Amino acid sequence: MMRSNLILLALVACIAALPNFGGSYTLRLGTIACMYAILALSWNVAGGFAGYPSFATAAFFGSGAYTTGVLLSKGVPLAVSVPAAGVASFVMASLLGAALLRLRGHYFAIASLSLIEVFRELVNNATDLTGGGMGLNIPLTAGSGVLADATFFFYAMWGLLLLTALMVTIVSASKLGFGLACIRQNETAANMIGLNGTLYKSVAFGLSACFVSAAGGVYAAWVHYIDPSDVFDILYSVKPIVMALIGGLGSPVGVVIGAFVYLGLEEVVWRNYIQIHSGVLGVLIVILLLFLPRGLMSLRSRILPWRTKHV
Amino acid sequence: MSEILQLQSVSRHFSGLQALCDVSLSVNRGEVLGLIGPNGAGKTTLVNVVTGVTPASSGTVTFMGQDITRVKTYQSARAGLSRTFQIVQPFAEFTALDNVAAAALFSQPGESLKSAREEARAHLAFVGLEGQSGQLAATLTLAMRKRLELAKALAMRPKLLFLDEVNAGLNSAEVERATRLIHQLAASGITIVMIEHLMKVVLNVCTRIVVLHNGRLIADGLPRDVIKNPAVVEAYLGQQYAQRNSAHG
Repeated sequence: MMRSNLILLALVACIAALPNFGGSYTLRLGTIACMYAILALSWNVAGGFAGYPSFATAAFFGSGAYTTGVLLSKGVPLAVSVPAAGVASFVMASLLGAALLRLRGHYFAIASLSLIEVFRELVNNATDLTGGGMGLNIPLTAGSGVLADATFFFYAMWGLLLLTALMVTIVSASKLGFGLACIRQNETAANMIGLNGTLYKSVAFGLSACFVSAAGGVYAAWVHYIDPSDVFDILYSVKPIVMALIGGLGSPVGVVIGAFVYLGLEEVVWRNYIQIHSGVLGVLIVILLLFLPRGLMSLRSRILPWRTKHV
Repeated sequence: MSEILQLQSVSRHFSGLQALCDVSLSVNRGEVLGLIGPNGAGKTTLVNVVTGVTPASSGTVTFMGQDITRVKTYQSARAGLSRTFQIVQPFAEFTALDNVAAAALFSQPGESLKSAREEARAHLAFVGLEGQSGQLAATLTLAMRKRLELAKALAMRPKLLFLDEVNAGLNSAEVERATRLIHQLAASGITIVMIEHLMKVVLNVCTRIVVLHNGRLIADGLPRDVIKNPAVVEAYLGQQYAQRNSAHG
Protein backbone atom coordinates (compact mmCIF):
# COMPACT_ATOMS: atom_id res chain seq x y z
CA MET A 1 0.00 0.00 0.00
CA MET A 2 2.73 2.43 0.96
CA ARG A 3 4.72 1.64 -2.18
CA SER A 4 1.77 2.22 -4.49
CA ASN A 5 1.20 5.58 -2.81
CA LEU A 6 4.80 6.55 -3.51
CA ILE A 7 4.33 5.53 -7.14
CA LEU A 8 1.22 7.71 -7.25
CA LEU A 9 3.06 10.77 -5.93
CA ALA A 10 6.01 10.13 -8.25
CA LEU A 11 3.64 9.86 -11.20
CA VAL A 12 2.00 13.16 -10.32
CA ALA A 13 5.42 14.79 -9.87
CA CYS A 14 6.48 13.65 -13.37
CA ILE A 15 3.51 15.41 -14.94
CA ALA A 16 4.87 18.73 -13.70
CA ALA A 17 7.61 18.52 -16.34
CA LEU A 18 5.04 18.57 -19.17
CA PRO A 19 5.33 22.31 -20.10
CA ASN A 20 8.93 21.65 -21.17
CA PHE A 21 7.79 19.34 -23.94
CA GLY A 22 5.08 21.09 -25.85
CA GLY A 23 3.05 24.10 -26.83
CA SER A 24 -0.38 25.23 -25.80
CA TYR A 25 -2.12 22.13 -27.19
CA THR A 26 -0.02 19.87 -24.96
CA LEU A 27 -0.72 22.17 -22.03
CA ARG A 28 -4.45 22.07 -22.69
CA LEU A 29 -4.33 18.28 -22.83
CA GLY A 30 -2.21 18.20 -19.67
CA THR A 31 -4.66 20.44 -17.84
CA ILE A 32 -7.56 18.19 -18.80
CA ALA A 33 -5.53 15.12 -17.82
CA CYS A 34 -4.95 16.60 -14.35
CA MET A 35 -8.62 17.54 -14.08
CA TYR A 36 -9.76 14.02 -15.03
CA ALA A 37 -7.29 12.52 -12.58
CA ILE A 38 -8.68 14.75 -9.79
CA LEU A 39 -12.25 13.67 -10.60
CA ALA A 40 -11.31 9.99 -10.76
CA LEU A 41 -9.17 10.03 -7.60
CA SER A 42 -11.95 11.84 -5.74
CA TRP A 43 -14.61 9.45 -6.97
CA ASN A 44 -12.43 6.61 -5.78
CA VAL A 45 -12.62 7.80 -2.16
CA ALA A 46 -16.37 7.17 -1.98
CA GLY A 47 -16.74 4.63 -4.78
CA GLY A 48 -13.51 2.68 -4.40
CA PHE A 49 -12.56 2.92 -0.71
CA ALA A 50 -16.04 2.90 0.82
CA GLY A 51 -17.87 1.04 -1.95
CA TYR A 52 -20.51 3.72 -2.49
CA PRO A 53 -20.67 4.36 -6.26
CA SER A 54 -21.59 8.02 -6.54
CA PHE A 55 -22.95 9.75 -9.60
CA ALA A 56 -22.76 13.14 -7.94
CA THR A 57 -19.36 14.18 -9.32
CA ALA A 58 -20.94 16.50 -11.90
CA ALA A 59 -23.07 18.13 -9.19
CA PHE A 60 -20.00 19.09 -7.18
CA PHE A 61 -17.99 20.00 -10.26
CA GLY A 62 -20.74 22.37 -11.36
CA SER A 63 -21.35 23.87 -7.94
CA GLY A 64 -17.61 24.47 -7.55
CA ALA A 65 -17.45 26.10 -10.96
CA TYR A 66 -20.35 28.38 -10.10
CA THR A 67 -19.15 29.22 -6.58
CA THR A 68 -15.76 30.24 -7.98
CA GLY A 69 -17.31 32.00 -10.98
CA VAL A 70 -19.64 34.10 -8.86
CA LEU A 71 -16.90 34.95 -6.36
CA LEU A 72 -14.51 35.94 -9.16
CA SER A 73 -17.08 38.18 -10.78
CA LYS A 74 -17.56 39.87 -7.39
CA GLY A 75 -13.85 40.65 -7.38
CA VAL A 76 -12.63 37.95 -5.00
CA PRO A 77 -9.17 36.71 -6.05
CA LEU A 78 -8.77 33.24 -7.55
CA ALA A 79 -6.53 32.06 -4.72
CA VAL A 80 -9.45 32.63 -2.32
CA SER A 81 -12.36 31.62 -4.56
CA VAL A 82 -11.12 28.12 -5.37
CA PRO A 83 -10.40 27.05 -1.76
CA ALA A 84 -13.75 28.59 -0.74
CA ALA A 85 -15.52 26.44 -3.34
CA GLY A 86 -13.71 23.36 -2.02
CA VAL A 87 -14.56 24.03 1.62
CA ALA A 88 -18.19 24.87 0.83
CA SER A 89 -18.50 21.62 -1.08
CA PHE A 90 -16.93 19.60 1.71
CA VAL A 91 -19.48 20.92 4.19
CA MET A 92 -22.41 20.54 1.81
CA ALA A 93 -21.47 17.03 0.68
CA SER A 94 -20.89 15.84 4.25
CA LEU A 95 -24.34 17.05 5.28
CA LEU A 96 -26.02 15.63 2.17
CA GLY A 97 -24.02 12.44 2.65
CA ALA A 98 -25.36 11.90 6.16
CA ALA A 99 -28.80 11.58 4.56
CA LEU A 100 -28.00 10.00 1.17
CA LEU A 101 -25.50 7.43 2.42
CA ARG A 102 -28.23 5.60 4.30
CA LEU A 103 -29.13 4.17 0.91
CA ARG A 104 -27.02 1.37 -0.49
CA GLY A 105 -26.10 0.07 -3.93
CA HIS A 106 -28.36 1.10 -6.81
CA TYR A 107 -30.53 3.24 -4.55
CA PHE A 108 -27.57 5.36 -3.54
CA ALA A 109 -26.41 5.64 -7.17
CA ILE A 110 -29.81 6.97 -8.28
CA ALA A 111 -30.10 9.37 -5.34
CA SER A 112 -26.63 10.79 -6.03
CA LEU A 113 -27.54 11.15 -9.70
CA SER A 114 -30.53 13.27 -8.75
CA LEU A 115 -28.20 15.76 -7.02
CA ILE A 116 -26.97 16.91 -10.45
CA GLU A 117 -30.52 17.80 -11.53
CA VAL A 118 -31.25 19.56 -8.23
CA PHE A 119 -28.08 21.68 -8.40
CA ARG A 120 -28.58 22.46 -12.07
CA GLU A 121 -32.12 23.67 -11.47
CA LEU A 122 -30.99 25.78 -8.52
CA VAL A 123 -28.37 27.48 -10.68
CA ASN A 124 -30.81 27.85 -13.57
CA ASN A 125 -33.32 29.61 -11.37
CA ALA A 126 -30.96 31.89 -9.46
CA THR A 127 -30.66 34.12 -12.52
CA ASP A 128 -29.62 37.24 -10.58
CA LEU A 129 -26.58 35.53 -9.17
CA THR A 130 -25.61 33.01 -11.85
CA GLY A 131 -27.05 34.35 -15.07
CA GLY A 132 -29.30 31.28 -15.27
CA GLY A 133 -29.43 29.56 -18.63
CA MET A 134 -27.55 32.44 -20.28
CA GLY A 135 -24.41 31.37 -18.50
CA LEU A 136 -21.83 33.30 -16.56
CA ASN A 137 -18.95 35.32 -17.95
CA ILE A 138 -15.89 35.16 -15.75
CA PRO A 139 -13.27 37.92 -15.73
CA LEU A 140 -9.75 37.06 -16.90
CA THR A 141 -7.47 36.25 -14.01
CA ALA A 142 -4.20 34.92 -15.36
CA GLY A 143 -1.31 36.28 -17.42
CA SER A 144 -1.52 38.22 -20.65
CA GLY A 145 -0.32 35.85 -23.39
CA VAL A 146 -2.01 32.65 -24.57
CA LEU A 147 0.92 30.48 -23.56
CA ALA A 148 1.33 32.18 -20.17
CA ASP A 149 -2.37 31.65 -19.56
CA ALA A 150 -2.17 27.97 -20.52
CA THR A 151 0.89 27.43 -18.33
CA PHE A 152 -0.74 29.14 -15.36
CA PHE A 153 -3.89 27.01 -15.50
CA PHE A 154 -1.90 23.85 -16.14
CA TYR A 155 0.04 24.40 -12.92
CA ALA A 156 -3.10 25.40 -11.04
CA MET A 157 -4.80 22.14 -12.02
CA TRP A 158 -1.60 20.17 -11.42
CA GLY A 159 -1.29 21.69 -7.93
CA LEU A 160 -4.84 20.58 -7.18
CA LEU A 161 -4.05 17.09 -8.45
CA LEU A 162 -1.03 16.98 -6.13
CA LEU A 163 -3.23 18.00 -3.18
CA THR A 164 -5.82 15.39 -4.15
CA ALA A 165 -3.14 12.71 -4.41
CA LEU A 166 -1.77 13.72 -0.99
CA MET A 167 -5.28 13.58 0.49
CA VAL A 168 -5.83 10.11 -0.98
CA THR A 169 -2.43 8.94 0.28
CA ILE A 170 -3.14 10.20 3.78
CA VAL A 171 -6.65 8.75 3.83
CA SER A 172 -5.58 5.33 2.60
CA ALA A 173 -2.93 5.02 5.30
CA SER A 174 -5.13 6.36 8.10
CA LYS A 175 -7.78 5.05 10.46
CA LEU A 176 -10.36 6.62 8.14
CA GLY A 177 -9.15 4.55 5.18
CA PHE A 178 -9.09 1.41 7.30
CA GLY A 179 -12.64 2.10 8.43
CA LEU A 180 -13.84 2.75 4.88
CA ALA A 181 -12.37 -0.59 3.82
CA CYS A 182 -14.33 -2.23 6.64
CA ILE A 183 -17.53 -0.50 5.47
CA ARG A 184 -16.96 -1.62 1.88
CA GLN A 185 -16.49 -5.23 2.90
CA ASN A 186 -19.26 -5.58 5.44
CA GLU A 187 -21.12 -2.59 6.79
CA THR A 188 -23.16 -4.49 9.38
CA ALA A 189 -20.04 -6.02 10.87
CA ALA A 190 -18.31 -2.63 10.73
CA ASN A 191 -21.04 -1.04 12.86
CA MET A 192 -20.94 -3.98 15.21
CA ILE A 193 -17.29 -3.43 16.10
CA GLY A 194 -17.99 0.15 17.16
CA LEU A 195 -17.34 2.02 13.92
CA ASN A 196 -19.49 5.10 13.40
CA GLY A 197 -20.40 4.25 9.81
CA THR A 198 -22.48 7.36 9.12
CA LEU A 199 -19.66 9.68 10.20
CA TYR A 200 -17.00 7.85 8.18
CA LYS A 201 -19.13 7.71 5.05
CA SER A 202 -20.05 11.39 5.34
CA VAL A 203 -16.43 12.47 5.69
CA ALA A 204 -15.48 10.28 2.73
CA PHE A 205 -18.27 11.80 0.63
CA GLY A 206 -17.18 15.29 1.71
CA LEU A 207 -13.57 14.61 0.74
CA SER A 208 -14.64 13.16 -2.58
CA ALA A 209 -16.61 16.36 -3.33
CA CYS A 210 -14.11 18.90 -2.02
CA PHE A 211 -11.38 18.60 -4.67
CA VAL A 212 -13.88 18.04 -7.47
CA SER A 213 -15.40 21.43 -6.67
CA ALA A 214 -11.99 23.08 -6.53
CA ALA A 215 -11.22 21.55 -9.95
CA GLY A 216 -14.54 22.93 -11.20
CA GLY A 217 -13.46 26.32 -9.90
CA VAL A 218 -10.12 26.25 -11.74
CA TYR A 219 -11.95 25.03 -14.84
CA ALA A 220 -14.37 27.97 -14.68
CA ALA A 221 -11.55 30.49 -14.38
CA TRP A 222 -9.71 28.74 -17.22
CA VAL A 223 -12.52 28.73 -19.78
CA HIS A 224 -13.89 32.19 -18.75
CA TYR A 225 -17.47 31.19 -19.51
CA ILE A 226 -19.69 28.54 -17.94
CA ASP A 227 -23.32 27.59 -18.33
CA PRO A 228 -25.40 25.00 -16.47
CA SER A 229 -25.55 22.45 -19.29
CA ASP A 230 -21.75 22.52 -19.60
CA VAL A 231 -20.59 22.20 -15.97
CA PHE A 232 -23.48 20.03 -14.77
CA ASP A 233 -22.93 17.62 -17.68
CA ILE A 234 -23.60 14.07 -16.52
CA LEU A 235 -20.46 12.97 -18.39
CA TYR A 236 -18.45 14.52 -15.54
CA SER A 237 -20.07 11.87 -13.33
CA VAL A 238 -19.75 8.97 -15.72
CA LYS A 239 -16.20 9.53 -16.96
CA PRO A 240 -14.49 9.22 -13.54
CA ILE A 241 -16.28 5.90 -12.98
CA VAL A 242 -15.13 4.60 -16.37
CA MET A 243 -11.58 5.78 -15.61
CA ALA A 244 -11.59 4.04 -12.25
CA LEU A 245 -12.88 0.85 -13.86
CA ILE A 246 -10.26 1.01 -16.62
CA GLY A 247 -7.46 1.57 -14.13
CA GLY A 248 -8.57 -0.76 -11.37
CA LEU A 249 -11.18 -0.04 -8.72
CA GLY A 250 -9.85 1.03 -5.35
CA SER A 251 -6.23 1.54 -6.37
CA PRO A 252 -5.27 5.25 -6.53
CA VAL A 253 -2.37 4.68 -8.95
CA GLY A 254 -4.61 2.58 -11.15
CA VAL A 255 -7.30 5.24 -11.13
CA VAL A 256 -4.87 7.96 -12.24
CA ILE A 257 -3.46 5.74 -14.97
CA GLY A 258 -7.05 4.96 -15.97
CA ALA A 259 -7.75 8.70 -16.27
CA PHE A 260 -4.75 9.23 -18.57
CA VAL A 261 -5.53 6.18 -20.68
CA TYR A 262 -9.14 7.31 -21.01
CA LEU A 263 -8.09 10.80 -22.09
CA GLY A 264 -5.64 9.29 -24.60
CA LEU A 265 -8.35 7.09 -26.06
CA GLU A 266 -10.78 9.99 -26.17
CA GLU A 267 -8.32 12.21 -28.08
CA VAL A 268 -7.18 9.54 -30.55
CA VAL A 269 -10.71 8.39 -31.28
CA TRP A 270 -12.01 11.93 -31.59
CA ARG A 271 -9.29 12.86 -34.08
CA ASN A 272 -9.68 9.78 -36.28
CA TYR A 273 -13.40 9.06 -36.16
CA ILE A 274 -14.94 12.49 -35.78
CA GLN A 275 -18.33 11.31 -37.14
CA ILE A 276 -18.72 8.27 -34.93
CA HIS A 277 -16.29 9.05 -32.09
CA SER A 278 -18.73 8.39 -29.23
CA GLY A 279 -19.60 4.99 -30.68
CA VAL A 280 -15.98 3.95 -31.19
CA LEU A 281 -15.01 5.11 -27.71
CA GLY A 282 -17.91 3.19 -26.20
CA VAL A 283 -16.94 -0.02 -28.02
CA LEU A 284 -13.32 0.35 -26.89
CA ILE A 285 -14.39 0.79 -23.27
CA VAL A 286 -16.66 -2.25 -23.41
CA ILE A 287 -13.81 -4.33 -24.89
CA LEU A 288 -11.38 -3.12 -22.23
CA LEU A 289 -13.74 -3.97 -19.40
CA LEU A 290 -14.66 -7.34 -20.90
CA PHE A 291 -11.06 -8.48 -21.12
CA LEU A 292 -9.71 -6.63 -18.09
CA PRO A 293 -12.58 -6.61 -15.60
CA ARG A 294 -10.14 -5.79 -12.77
CA GLY A 295 -8.63 -2.94 -14.73
CA LEU A 296 -5.14 -2.19 -15.97
CA MET A 297 -3.67 -2.69 -12.50
CA SER A 298 -4.41 -6.41 -12.75
CA LEU A 299 -1.91 -6.60 -15.62
CA ARG A 300 0.81 -6.06 -13.07
CA SER A 301 0.28 -9.49 -11.53
CA ARG A 302 -0.01 -11.08 -14.97
CA ILE A 303 3.19 -9.57 -16.29
CA LEU A 304 5.05 -9.96 -13.01
CA PRO A 305 3.82 -13.39 -11.88
CA TRP A 306 5.79 -13.32 -8.62
CA ARG A 307 3.67 -10.41 -7.46
CA THR A 308 0.36 -12.18 -7.23
CA LYS A 309 -1.09 -9.87 -4.59
CA HIS A 310 -3.67 -7.77 -6.38
CA VAL A 311 -5.26 -4.57 -5.18
CA MET B 1 -25.94 -10.80 42.06
CA SER B 2 -26.21 -7.53 40.18
CA GLU B 3 -27.89 -7.19 36.83
CA ILE B 4 -25.82 -6.16 33.83
CA LEU B 5 -28.62 -6.26 31.24
CA GLN B 6 -32.32 -5.86 31.68
CA LEU B 7 -35.15 -6.17 29.16
CA GLN B 8 -38.54 -4.83 30.18
CA SER B 9 -41.55 -6.05 28.19
CA VAL B 10 -39.64 -5.81 24.92
CA SER B 11 -41.56 -6.41 21.71
CA ARG B 12 -40.43 -6.36 18.13
CA HIS B 13 -42.55 -6.92 15.08
CA PHE B 14 -41.70 -7.00 11.39
CA SER B 15 -44.92 -5.72 9.79
CA GLY B 16 -47.38 -8.48 10.70
CA LEU B 17 -44.86 -10.88 12.19
CA GLN B 18 -44.51 -10.67 15.96
CA ALA B 19 -40.88 -11.77 16.41
CA LEU B 20 -40.65 -10.83 20.09
CA CYS B 21 -43.66 -10.42 22.34
CA ASP B 22 -43.47 -8.80 25.76
CA VAL B 23 -40.14 -10.32 26.76
CA SER B 24 -38.82 -9.39 30.20
CA LEU B 25 -35.47 -10.78 31.17
CA SER B 26 -32.40 -9.90 33.16
CA VAL B 27 -28.86 -11.08 32.82
CA ASN B 28 -26.68 -11.17 35.91
CA ARG B 29 -23.07 -10.13 36.02
CA GLY B 30 -20.73 -13.06 35.51
CA GLU B 31 -23.24 -15.69 34.52
CA VAL B 32 -23.37 -17.82 31.38
CA LEU B 33 -26.94 -17.65 30.19
CA GLY B 34 -28.20 -20.11 27.62
CA LEU B 35 -30.85 -18.82 25.21
CA ILE B 36 -32.59 -21.74 23.57
CA GLY B 37 -35.70 -22.35 21.53
CA PRO B 38 -36.85 -23.72 18.18
CA ASN B 39 -35.91 -22.08 14.87
CA GLY B 40 -37.77 -18.82 14.38
CA ALA B 41 -38.41 -18.40 18.10
CA GLY B 42 -36.85 -14.94 18.08
CA LYS B 43 -33.44 -15.68 19.60
CA THR B 44 -31.40 -13.79 17.05
CA THR B 45 -33.99 -11.00 16.97
CA LEU B 46 -33.48 -10.62 20.71
CA VAL B 47 -29.73 -10.17 20.19
CA ASN B 48 -30.43 -7.72 17.35
CA VAL B 49 -32.75 -5.69 19.57
CA VAL B 50 -30.19 -5.47 22.36
CA THR B 51 -27.32 -4.54 20.03
CA GLY B 52 -29.40 -1.93 18.20
CA VAL B 53 -29.38 -3.62 14.79
CA THR B 54 -33.19 -3.76 14.79
CA PRO B 55 -34.39 -1.57 17.68
CA ALA B 56 -37.31 -2.70 19.82
CA SER B 57 -40.82 -1.71 18.71
CA SER B 58 -41.70 -1.21 22.36
CA GLY B 59 -40.23 -1.83 25.79
CA THR B 60 -36.88 -0.81 27.22
CA VAL B 61 -33.40 -2.32 27.26
CA THR B 62 -31.06 -1.30 30.08
CA PHE B 63 -27.34 -2.06 30.01
CA MET B 64 -25.27 -1.33 33.12
CA GLY B 65 -27.89 1.08 34.38
CA GLN B 66 -28.25 3.00 31.10
CA ASP B 67 -31.19 2.94 28.75
CA ILE B 68 -29.85 1.64 25.42
CA THR B 69 -33.16 0.92 23.69
CA ARG B 70 -32.61 3.51 20.96
CA VAL B 71 -28.83 3.58 20.99
CA LYS B 72 -27.01 2.96 17.69
CA THR B 73 -25.12 -0.26 17.13
CA TYR B 74 -21.68 1.32 17.21
CA GLN B 75 -22.45 3.07 20.48
CA SER B 76 -23.55 -0.07 22.26
CA ALA B 77 -20.45 -1.77 20.87
CA ARG B 78 -18.26 0.89 22.45
CA ALA B 79 -20.16 0.59 25.71
CA GLY B 80 -19.07 -3.04 26.03
CA LEU B 81 -21.70 -5.10 24.23
CA SER B 82 -20.28 -7.40 21.64
CA ARG B 83 -21.53 -10.33 19.66
CA THR B 84 -20.63 -13.02 17.19
CA PHE B 85 -22.85 -13.65 14.20
CA GLN B 86 -24.66 -16.90 13.52
CA ILE B 87 -23.67 -16.47 9.87
CA VAL B 88 -20.05 -15.38 10.17
CA GLN B 89 -19.34 -11.82 9.03
CA PRO B 90 -15.61 -11.44 8.46
CA PHE B 91 -13.98 -8.64 6.47
CA ALA B 92 -13.17 -11.06 3.67
CA GLU B 93 -10.37 -9.08 2.00
CA PHE B 94 -8.55 -8.45 5.28
CA THR B 95 -6.11 -10.83 6.91
CA ALA B 96 -7.22 -12.54 10.08
CA LEU B 97 -4.99 -10.14 11.98
CA ASP B 98 -6.57 -7.01 10.47
CA ASN B 99 -10.04 -8.38 11.13
CA VAL B 100 -9.30 -8.51 14.83
CA ALA B 101 -7.29 -5.27 14.73
CA ALA B 102 -10.31 -3.47 13.24
CA ALA B 103 -12.42 -4.59 16.19
CA ALA B 104 -9.84 -3.29 18.67
CA LEU B 105 -9.27 -0.07 16.72
CA PHE B 106 -12.85 1.10 16.42
CA SER B 107 -14.23 -0.05 19.76
CA GLN B 108 -11.50 1.44 21.96
CA PRO B 109 -10.98 5.20 22.07
CA GLY B 110 -7.41 6.33 21.47
CA GLU B 111 -6.29 3.11 19.87
CA SER B 112 -3.83 3.35 16.96
CA LEU B 113 -3.61 0.87 14.11
CA LYS B 114 -0.22 -0.29 15.39
CA SER B 115 -1.34 -0.93 18.95
CA ALA B 116 -4.56 -2.52 17.67
CA ARG B 117 -2.54 -5.00 15.61
CA GLU B 118 -0.39 -5.89 18.61
CA GLU B 119 -3.46 -6.48 20.70
CA ALA B 120 -5.01 -8.51 17.89
CA ARG B 121 -2.12 -10.98 17.99
CA ALA B 122 -2.89 -11.85 21.59
CA HIS B 123 -6.57 -12.45 20.81
CA LEU B 124 -5.74 -14.60 17.79
CA ALA B 125 -3.40 -16.67 19.93
CA PHE B 126 -6.15 -17.09 22.53
CA VAL B 127 -8.51 -18.64 19.98
CA GLY B 128 -5.69 -20.67 18.42
CA LEU B 129 -5.39 -18.77 15.14
CA GLU B 130 -1.87 -17.36 15.58
CA GLY B 131 -0.70 -19.51 12.65
CA GLN B 132 -3.33 -17.96 10.37
CA SER B 133 -2.83 -14.30 11.25
CA GLY B 134 -1.52 -13.40 7.78
CA GLN B 135 -4.15 -15.38 5.91
CA LEU B 136 -7.09 -13.66 4.21
CA ALA B 137 -10.31 -14.22 6.15
CA ALA B 138 -12.04 -15.51 3.01
CA THR B 139 -9.62 -18.45 2.84
CA LEU B 140 -10.18 -19.70 6.40
CA THR B 141 -12.27 -22.80 7.13
CA LEU B 142 -15.68 -22.35 8.75
CA ALA B 143 -14.37 -23.48 12.14
CA MET B 144 -11.57 -20.95 11.90
CA ARG B 145 -13.91 -18.18 10.83
CA LYS B 146 -16.10 -18.93 13.84
CA ARG B 147 -13.07 -18.58 16.08
CA LEU B 148 -12.10 -15.41 14.21
CA GLU B 149 -15.55 -14.01 15.07
CA LEU B 150 -14.83 -14.82 18.69
CA ALA B 151 -11.42 -13.13 18.56
CA LYS B 152 -13.04 -10.03 17.03
CA ALA B 153 -15.67 -9.96 19.77
CA LEU B 154 -12.96 -10.30 22.44
CA ALA B 155 -10.83 -7.53 20.93
CA MET B 156 -13.69 -5.19 21.81
CA ARG B 157 -13.07 -5.96 25.50
CA PRO B 158 -16.72 -6.80 26.05
CA LYS B 159 -18.50 -6.70 29.36
CA LEU B 160 -21.35 -8.71 27.89
CA LEU B 161 -20.80 -11.10 25.02
CA PHE B 162 -23.50 -12.65 22.85
CA LEU B 163 -22.50 -15.89 21.15
CA ASP B 164 -24.93 -16.68 18.36
CA GLU B 165 -24.55 -20.37 17.54
CA VAL B 166 -20.77 -20.48 17.64
CA ASN B 167 -20.90 -24.27 17.41
CA ALA B 168 -23.27 -24.66 14.46
CA GLY B 169 -21.62 -26.53 11.60
CA LEU B 170 -18.60 -27.67 13.63
CA ASN B 171 -17.47 -31.27 14.15
CA SER B 172 -17.28 -32.74 17.63
CA ALA B 173 -13.57 -32.02 18.13
CA GLU B 174 -14.12 -28.41 17.11
CA VAL B 175 -17.15 -28.15 19.39
CA GLU B 176 -15.06 -29.41 22.29
CA ARG B 177 -12.41 -26.83 21.57
CA ALA B 178 -14.99 -24.02 21.34
CA THR B 179 -16.58 -25.16 24.60
CA ARG B 180 -13.23 -24.98 26.34
CA LEU B 181 -12.82 -21.41 25.07
CA ILE B 182 -16.22 -20.43 26.41
CA HIS B 183 -15.30 -21.85 29.82
CA GLN B 184 -12.11 -19.80 29.79
CA LEU B 185 -13.99 -16.63 28.84
CA ALA B 186 -16.52 -17.13 31.60
CA ALA B 187 -13.68 -17.69 34.06
CA SER B 188 -12.12 -14.39 32.98
CA GLY B 189 -15.23 -12.57 34.18
CA ILE B 190 -17.09 -11.81 30.93
CA THR B 191 -20.84 -12.22 31.15
CA ILE B 192 -22.00 -14.48 28.34
CA VAL B 193 -25.36 -15.01 26.68
CA MET B 194 -25.21 -17.92 24.27
CA ILE B 195 -27.69 -19.07 21.68
CA GLU B 196 -27.10 -22.74 21.18
CA HIS B 197 -28.86 -25.79 19.81
CA LEU B 198 -26.43 -28.41 21.11
CA MET B 199 -27.95 -29.28 24.49
CA LYS B 200 -24.75 -31.05 25.51
CA VAL B 201 -22.89 -27.75 25.28
CA VAL B 202 -25.69 -25.80 26.92
CA LEU B 203 -25.80 -28.12 29.91
CA ASN B 204 -22.02 -28.15 30.08
CA VAL B 205 -21.40 -24.40 30.27
CA CYS B 206 -24.62 -22.54 31.16
CA THR B 207 -25.45 -21.52 34.68
CA ARG B 208 -29.00 -20.56 33.72
CA ILE B 209 -31.31 -21.13 30.74
CA VAL B 210 -34.13 -19.12 29.23
CA VAL B 211 -36.40 -20.54 26.55
CA LEU B 212 -38.07 -18.57 23.76
CA HIS B 213 -40.97 -19.92 21.75
CA ASN B 214 -42.89 -17.91 19.15
CA GLY B 215 -41.38 -14.73 20.50
CA ARG B 216 -42.42 -15.37 24.09
CA LEU B 217 -40.36 -16.35 27.09
CA ILE B 218 -41.71 -19.71 28.24
CA ALA B 219 -39.12 -20.75 30.82
CA ASP B 220 -36.32 -19.29 32.92
CA GLY B 221 -34.30 -21.19 35.49
CA LEU B 222 -31.53 -23.62 36.34
CA PRO B 223 -30.60 -25.97 33.49
CA ARG B 224 -31.71 -29.14 35.28
CA ASP B 225 -35.13 -27.64 36.04
CA VAL B 226 -35.69 -26.10 32.63
CA ILE B 227 -35.06 -29.32 30.69
CA LYS B 228 -37.78 -31.03 32.71
CA ASN B 229 -40.27 -28.21 32.21
CA PRO B 230 -43.23 -29.71 30.28
CA ALA B 231 -43.73 -26.55 28.19
CA VAL B 232 -40.08 -26.62 27.08
CA VAL B 233 -40.24 -30.34 26.30
CA GLU B 234 -43.38 -29.74 24.28
CA ALA B 235 -42.05 -26.72 22.34
CA TYR B 236 -38.42 -27.59 21.80
CA LEU B 237 -36.70 -30.57 23.35
CA GLY B 238 -39.24 -33.26 22.46
CA GLN B 239 -40.47 -36.28 24.47
CA GLN B 240 -37.61 -38.48 23.33
CA TYR B 241 -34.99 -36.13 24.71
CA ALA B 242 -36.82 -35.83 28.02
CA GLN B 243 -37.11 -39.59 28.41
CA ARG B 244 -33.50 -40.22 27.48
CA ASN B 245 -32.43 -37.52 29.85
CA SER B 246 -34.48 -38.82 32.79
CA ALA B 247 -33.16 -42.34 32.12
CA HIS B 248 -29.61 -41.03 32.40
CA GLY B 249 -30.31 -38.69 35.28
